Formats: sequence, C-alpha cells, structure tokens
Amino acid sequence: MLLEDAKVLQQREIQGGYRLLVLAAPLMAPKVQPGQFVHLRVPHLDSAVLRRPFSVYKADGGTLSILYKDVGRGTSAMKALRDGETVSLLGPLGHGFPAPAKDKVPVLVAGGYGMAALYLVAKTSAVKGVVFVGGRSAQDVLCVPEFTALGWTVHVSTDDGSLGVKGLVTDALEPWLHKELKGRTPEFFACGPNGMLKAVGERAIRGNWTAWLSVDRKMGCGVGACLTCVQKIATPDGGWTWERVCKEGPVFESRQIVWKDET
Amino acid sequence: MAKPDLSVKIGAIRMRNPVMTASGTFGYGPEYADLVDFSRLGAIVVKGISREPVRGNATPRTVEVASGLINAIGLQNPGVDGFVKEYMPFLRRHDVPVIVNIWGRTIEDYAFVAERFDAVDGVAGLEVNVSCPNIKEGSCTFGSNLDMFKRVIAAVRAKTKLPLIPKLAPDIAGIKTFAKAAEECGADAISLINSIPAMAIDIEARRPVLGNVTGGLSGPAIKPIAVKMVWEAAKAVKIPIVGIGGISNAADAIEFMIAGATAVAVGTANFTDPATALAVVDGLEAYLAGHGLRGVAELVGSLKT
Ligand SMILES: Cc1cc2nc3c(=O)[nH]c(=O)nc-3n(C[C@H](O)[C@H](O)[C@H](O)COP(=O)(O)OP(=O)(O)OC[C@H]3O[C@@H](n4cnc5c(N)ncnc54)[C@H](O)[C@@H]3O)c2cc1C
Ligand SMILES: Cc1cc2nc3c(=O)[nH]c(=O)nc-3n(C[C@H](O)[C@H](O)[C@H](O)COP(=O)(O)O)c2cc1C
Ligand code: FES
Repeated sequence: MLLEDAKVLQQREIQGGYRLLVLAAPLMAPKVQPGQFVHLRVPHLDSAVLRRPFSVYKADGGTLSILYKDVGRGTSAMKALRDGETVSLLGPLGHGFPAPAKDKVPVLVAGGYGMAALYLVAKTSAVKGVVFVGGRSAQDVLCVPEFTALGWTVHVSTDDGSLGVKGLVTDALEPWLHKELKGRTPEFFACGPNGMLKAVGERAIRGNWTAWLSVDRKMGCGVGACLTCVQKIATPDGGWTWERVCKEGPVFESRQIVWKDET
Repeated sequence: MAKPDLSVKIGAIRMRNPVMTASGTFGYGPEYADLVDFSRLGAIVVKGISREPVRGNATPRTVEVASGLINAIGLQNPGVDGFVKEYMPFLRRHDVPVIVNIWGRTIEDYAFVAERFDAVDGVAGLEVNVSCPNIKEGSCTFGSNLDMFKRVIAAVRAKTKLPLIPKLAPDIAGIKTFAKAAEECGADAISLINSIPAMAIDIEARRPVLGNVTGGLSGPAIKPIAVKMVWEAAKAVKIPIVGIGGISNAADAIEFMIAGATAVAVGTANFTDPATALAVVDGLEAYLAGHGLRGVAELVGSLKT
C-alpha cells in the first residue's frame, strides 16, 4: 500500500455516462492484484474530506486505469480532470480475487462497474471461461469487446432487452448452467449490485460451488482504520462478526457473507 | 540559527513533537504503518478501548458533509484484552509514545480498564473519553454532568499512575468548569474537542442517513468551534491542552497552539491524506524557524488580544 501522485494521461467518456480515466502510477500499477481498488482524492473539491474508492480496471506497466460513472459530487468533479493534472492515489487496497482454479470453469458475473473490477481476473487467469454481464440497457453494458479479445465468451442481458437477453444476469446464467456445464465445476467471480451478488452467491451455495463476491460498501479511510465499511461475516459458531470491506474484503466467498443488515 | 525545539511534555509523556493522531482516525497503528513513519510522530492515540469487546453501530456509519464527516461508528473495539493481545506487540516495536483512549458505560468500567492498562508495558498514557456522541448510555452523561465527570476522573486516577488526559465533550456549557474539574481531579492534561453531535437526512427517503440516526461531526467544519474552546480552556487551567478538531495542515495546528494548545491531534484529515500529520510537523518547524521562535513553548498561548 502506498500513496502516489498520479498524472492523468487521458480521460474520455466511453458510453452511458461511464468514463475511462488513465493514470500514470509507476509505483502503484505493478503492485495491483485483480479485484483490488484505489482510493482517489478528488482534486478541486476542497469541501470533500473523504477519498473515493474505484476498482482498478487495467494495470499495465506503469499505467493504471479506472472506469467510473458520475453519480454524485465527487465523480462529477472528476470529469473536470485534464491531461497532465495530478491525482493523489492510495493503493492498491484490499484483498482481491484469488486466481481461478485450473480444474474449474471460471464464470464471471458483472453489473455496472463490475466489468472493470473483473477485467484483470480474466486477463491473468490461466483458464478461459465465460462472462455474464447485465445492465438496465445496452448503455450500461461495458467492456464486452475487451473480454472477447481475451478469448472469453460474453453473455449479455439487459432489463429492457435493448442488448442480449431480456432479464437479469441470473436469468441468463441459469440455462447456461444446465446446458453448458457438461459435468464441469464452475467457479464464480462476481462484482455488481448487492442484489446480484446475493443471487449469484445463493445459486453457488445451492450447487455446492464456490463464488467470490466483491462487495461495495461506503468507505472512509480505505485502509482499515475507521470501521466505516464493515460487512457482516459468518463465524463458525453460527453467529457473525464485522469485517472491513476495505481490508479483509472487498472480495469474500459467498458462504462468508451474512446479508441481513439489522444488528 | 539552531533548529527550533519541537519537543513537548504532556504530563510524563515526552514527545519529540506536538503532533499526534486522534483517536478513532488512526486505527490501532498497523493500518497506517505502510504510509506514515511513526518515529516522526509525537504520539499515536489509538481508537477507544472498553472493558469488553463492542460491536458498534449498524451501517451506514459515516456520511460526508460539507467540509466534514459525521460518524457513528459506535466505539466498535476488541476490548482491553483483545487490544493488548492483538496490537500491543506491534505498537511496542515502534519508537513512538502510545496513548490509549479508554471509555466505559459505568464508572467501574473506566476504573477497570485504567487499572488493566496500568500494568501493560508500552502504554505511555490514557486519554479518557467522556464525550462520545455515539453511544446511548454512559460516556455521554459523564462528559456533560460535572459531578459524574469528576467521579470518573477521580476513579481512573485512583487506579493508575499513567498520565491521564480526559477528553472533553464539545457540547457542554461550561468548558472552563470541566477543564478546572479535570485539573483538580489529578488529570495531567486535557484534550478537546471530540466530534460534535450532528445528523444528516436523506430527503428523498426522508430517513436519517446514518444507521444510528445521529452521529458526531468532525473535520474542517468544526475547527473554529474547537479553537474557541481550546482558547477558553487554556485560560482556566495550567495543565497542557491537546487541541483537536479539523486540523488539516500546519497552519491549523499553529492556530490551536496560539490559542493555548501545547499539542494537537490530527483526526479526519488522516482519511483525506495520510501524510497530513507529518506535513503538520514539517510545517510547524518551518513556521517556528521562519518566525524566529526557538521552540514550541514560545508559540503556545501566544495570542495577542
Ligand atoms: C471497493 C469499491 C470499488 C468501486 N469501484 C468503482 C468503479 O470501478 N467504478 C465506479 O464508477 N464506482 C466504483 N465504486 C463506487 C464509487 O466509489 C462511488 O460511486 C463514488 O464514491 C461516489 O462518489 P460521489 O462523490 O460521486 O458520490 P456521493 O455524492 O458520495 O454519492 C452520490 C450517490 O452515489 C452513491 N454512492 C456513494 N458511494 C457509493 C459506493 N461506495 N457505492 C455505491 N454507491 C455509492 C450514494 O449513495 C449516492 O446515491 C466502488 C466502490 C467501492 C467500495
Ligand atoms: C471515524 C471516527 C472515529 C472516532 N472514534 C473516536 C473514539 O473511539 N474515541 C474518541 O475519543 N474519539 C473518537 N473520534 C473523535 C476524534 O478523535 C476527534 O476528536 C474528532 O474527530 C475531531 O477531530 P478531527 O476534526 O480532526 O477529526 C472519532 C472520530 C472519527 C471521525
Ligand atoms: S473504510 Fe475505513 S475501515 Fe474500511
């Protein structure tokens, strides 16, 4: 983990309000593991006391890129970043995805920026597999050509049917599990909205499979100090304990996560 | 000219400089070890420790607001035994005074924890939190009821020889009275301020943003309030004051010192930039040198009115 002043190399809108931000981070980029994130201090926003967490999309040599969507004041201010400007990054943070097991079929499941969080899993995996990606409409389905170029098969679904199968990612996943598995064991890697993660996790548990889920929680420090980002994690005695999504997470195995929110 | 003398003493705690990390914003140490050279800090104040482990509040636990943060962590902590076992070996290996922040729900709890730490190697002092806005019983009343406040401080004092630093509540009427009471009960210093009771509402859902409904405001937004409280407290007592509240750079820290703080603690700003505390040390040194001051002592309480 380190602090680095990264230079903006380029930023542009790719589609549907999602933007690609490419940064020169020669110290940090080589250290990034799939599923890890960086905590970015938004420039020109002095009234913000917190950084903003973003999954690392690509990390090549000394450059690191993220894919983000403008959803609030931090991400809105980020749009104004110009080439050559400096951005303070803290990272790489958290425990990302394990390397896909060679004797299983890796099945990536993504919603929204989940495709960015999963790209390095596909890129570094020793075995190729399939990707299920969902979104509200075609605009929200990111990075399909990137995964195809890596030799992965991508199945798209959208709520409005504007691209791929109409329905949820899990609706597209189910028939595939029945038809295409052919006796092989799937291993899931998922990142997206909580509802999706929960559905994928429950499906994996029913099938007696493993599912690695990257959880999104609001964050403060990003390094495990403030206890903002806590997630309920099952303990062997049938109870639960808080773990820090920024430190022990963001990736947990489906059986570890206790979804009910009440304390 | 010789380098200015940054060292200060808080009770028996000798610090190489007056800059500490504020409780709850620096974890128990290991969290920031990759990023901050501990041997350049004045002291580390760890997150609040209680007699038993505490789970803390439901989520969401923090929300960012204009120039500040509202938190309602709920004093989650591993309890005194858990802390000593898990973190003290790590902290002992570093060349920096460790101040443990303690709290309780009853006077007996405070006394119990203080007595336990008295026997723990590597603890330089205790900060006594009587002012957390985030738990329903206990701490709150101890900070706002003068009689209860005195009883807690006296009870803790009776159980330990460690330097004691009561942390005063920010939402009390008579800061001077509490500061004086702390001094009379044998406190070695006082620290102020804790976060200020606050809340935020989601106007679409018409629900509180925080799981705990209310929380405590920290960050630059509270700095002017904190500076004023430090200034008032400094006029009332002779013991040193640790100034806390919205410090994000050396200028902020210097302001607190001019108001009367002997030392300062950096809190929320650690989240914004983990390099803040060390930047404050460097900036303070440069300021002293630039103004021809030989040491921190010449700055503390130097306000001209
Ligand atoms: C580990 C992790 C990885 C992430 N990776 C990415 C990524 O690769 N690309 C990307 O676009 N976003 C990612 N996010 C979400 C991103 O951090 C938030 O969208 C961002 O912090 C919002 O900041 P803001 O100031 O614009 O929004 P705010 O003004 O703070 O909030 C605006 C809206 O965004 C919502 N929001 C705020 N924080 C989060 C959050 N952490 N998750 C979901 N919604 C949030 C709020 O509830 C609110 O509705 C990630 C989050 C985490 C925890
Ligand atoms: C996330 C968070 C957790 C905190 N936890 C504690 C705590 O356990 N004990 C305590 O005495 N103060 C706690 N505080 C208060 C800080 O130590 C400090 O008094 C306050 O935040 C004001 O300083 P700042 O504006 O520099 O953050 C906490 C503050 C924050 C933001
Ligand atoms: S964000 Fe602070 S502990 Fe995870």
